[in-house]
Amino acid sequence: MADIPDLPPSRSSVDPGEIARFEAMAAEWWDPHGKFAPLHKFNPVRLGWIRDRLVARFGRDPAALRPLEGLRILDIGCGGGLVAEPMARLGAEVVAVDASARNVEIARTHARQSGVDIDYRCGTAEALAEAGERFDAVLSLEVVEHVADPAAFLGNCAALVATGGTLVVATINRTPQAFALAIVGAEYVLRWLPRGTHRWSKFVRPSEVAAALRPTGLEIQAFTGLTYNPLSDRWRLGRDLGVNYMAFATR
Amino acid sequence: MSDDRSCDVAIVGGGLVGLSLALALAGAGLEVIVIDRETPANTAADAADGRSSAIAWGSQRVLAALGIWDALGPHAAAIDDIRVSDGTSRLFLHYDHADVADHPLGYIVENRHTRRALQAAAATRPRLRWLAPMGVAAIADGPAARRLVLADGSQIAARLVVGCDGKRSFVRDAAGISAFTHRYGQSGIVATLRHELPHANIAHERFLPAGPFAMLPLPDAAGAHRSSIVWTEREALIPHLMALDDDAFAAEAGRRFGPWLGALMPEGRRFAYPLEIVHAASYVAPRLALAGDAAHAIHPIAGQGFNLGLRDVAALAECVVDAARVGLDIGAPDVLARYAGWRRVDTMSLLAVTDALNRLFSNDIPALRLARDIGLATVDRIAPLKRLLMRHAMGVVGDLPRLVRGEPL
Repeated sequence: MADIPDLPPSRSSVDPGEIARFEAMAAEWWDPHGKFAPLHKFNPVRLGWIRDRLVARFGRDPAALRPLEGLRILDIGCGGGLVAEPMARLGAEVVAVDASARNVEIARTHARQSGVDIDYRCGTAEALAEAGERFDAVLSLEVVEHVADPAAFLGNCAALVATGGTLVVATINRTPQAFALAIVGAEYVLRWLPRGTHRWSKFVRPSEVAAALRPTGLEIQAFTGLTYNPLSDRWRLGRDLGVNYMAFATR
Repeated sequence: MSDDRSCDVAIVGGGLVGLSLALALAGAGLEVIVIDRETPANTAADAADGRSSAIAWGSQRVLAALGIWDALGPHAAAIDDIRVSDGTSRLFLHYDHADVADHPLGYIVENRHTRRALQAAAATRPRLRWLAPMGVAAIADGPAARRLVLADGSQIAARLVVGCDGKRSFVRDAAGISAFTHRYGQSGIVATLRHELPHANIAHERFLPAGPFAMLPLPDAAGAHRSSIVWTEREALIPHLMALDDDAFAAEAGRRFGPWLGALMPEGRRFAYPLEIVHAASYVAPRLALAGDAAHAIHPIAGQGFNLGLRDVAALAECVVDAARVGLDIGAPDVLARYAGWRRVDTMSLLAVTDALNRLFSNDIPALRLARDIGLATVDRIAPLKRLLMRHAMGVVGDLPRLVRGEPL
């Protein structure tokens, strides 16, 4: 993991003012104390779970620093690249898509600065599925609660999973606790997220994820909950799926 | 775009702390370059450094995890018992390892042995490159890496730079981190003494008006019983004491220590080090961290300097490796903030305690003497307090890094 880039090459076709603007936005996405602080705090725990699951699934060495070498991974809804970059550093060949062209340019700018090689595209799961793309692992983290038709979206994600491959879904459960913590707590009390980031009615129950995946030939192997302890200011994995949770499914 | 001079972590300073950190990180799979301005064979020579270090129980586990304890063990004397006394008073505090555990409280090892064991391991580890003698001329900032310009004009790119370059740290200055410095007006004389009677693995700390006098057990060698002394004295007296012949020096030492080990005789050279506190205003900067004396040089009164450095190593290695394992940027601000926050509490409390102990004991005011004698005797009778103090001395208090708990990184 010791490849370090020189300063990013300047691209004459792009307006330097535009580049500076995206660099500023990338710095904002990647500031652990900035606007996306909650994601940064949350990230090591979900990355750890995904890594351990993939290492076990594909029989890799858990002590290796690049255990995902040779795996083709898709990150759907990649945002600023907070998951795509770590997956690439762990050795995977990463394709990352986001429906927002702005997010894709931010992520691309940051990856170039960091010297991480990622194939960023502006697009959707549906378009990739139609193009016949297949991946060893498809990651759909904190996306399904924002789409119009979760079942159809999960169907498209599943179609992108190669034989023997896996799908990881992370989302928020539709429970009273989730209303109290993810909406009232995170948006109104702690102000981690802008008001209106989430709508409770769009949260997805684990049973609904399972039901959407059943006809796709994917089998859910594990669920894990992610819980926040306000005293230690830390997230950890646990059995409680009441608010944030992740599912690991395989074909 | 990669070249053979890029790495994950560049460590400036190849002393006890720098090489320990290098072994921990390279052992976990990271690419490490150590840069040291000294020639390794010189720093490990018998005549280079007369100091010995206390290796607390927790530190012993760190060294074992780094794979060098097997080489150090034969040179280590166990501390089974610590006796603290105030001047000539008969009241004293007595720490017996049997009160807290079925293992020694710690060990005393001469630094030259620790240095040799670390150097031998570092020379053979994959992923660890060691440039010495080599100076660092400049350290430049950058979004994805820091660049070090070396004395020969070549450059190294590193995701993280760690300054383990001692209390006059170049890295600390280059990063623009200020440091609080306080000189005690005392120096520590360090020497090895041979003595007539066995030390029975007891460490003695005597608080004298000029400062603490410690007699620390070393392994027997060539049929002789040996101890290392750390003798704190007012700076003005140092040239005189350093110039004494061996017999006169032994007589002065004996006058302070007492008759408990029989006749004393110096072995090899004596060294004198001015005592001071140096504490960095911050342990981290963008893509940069400080460890060991570069972050905090404390009064040697409690023998905790190297132990504190090894706990830095264990904590920093854990923060960096935890980030690398999940693919996160090892030089990111949140990774470094975790290290700095973790170490600050431990360091500040020791800094305060050692400074207070020194101020409390380095004087001869009768009322204070009586108070501290009663204090020592009281601590001696309160078993839970004594156990806590002992566990602190063993380096096993608080939220411990995995290496200090004896677990793999």
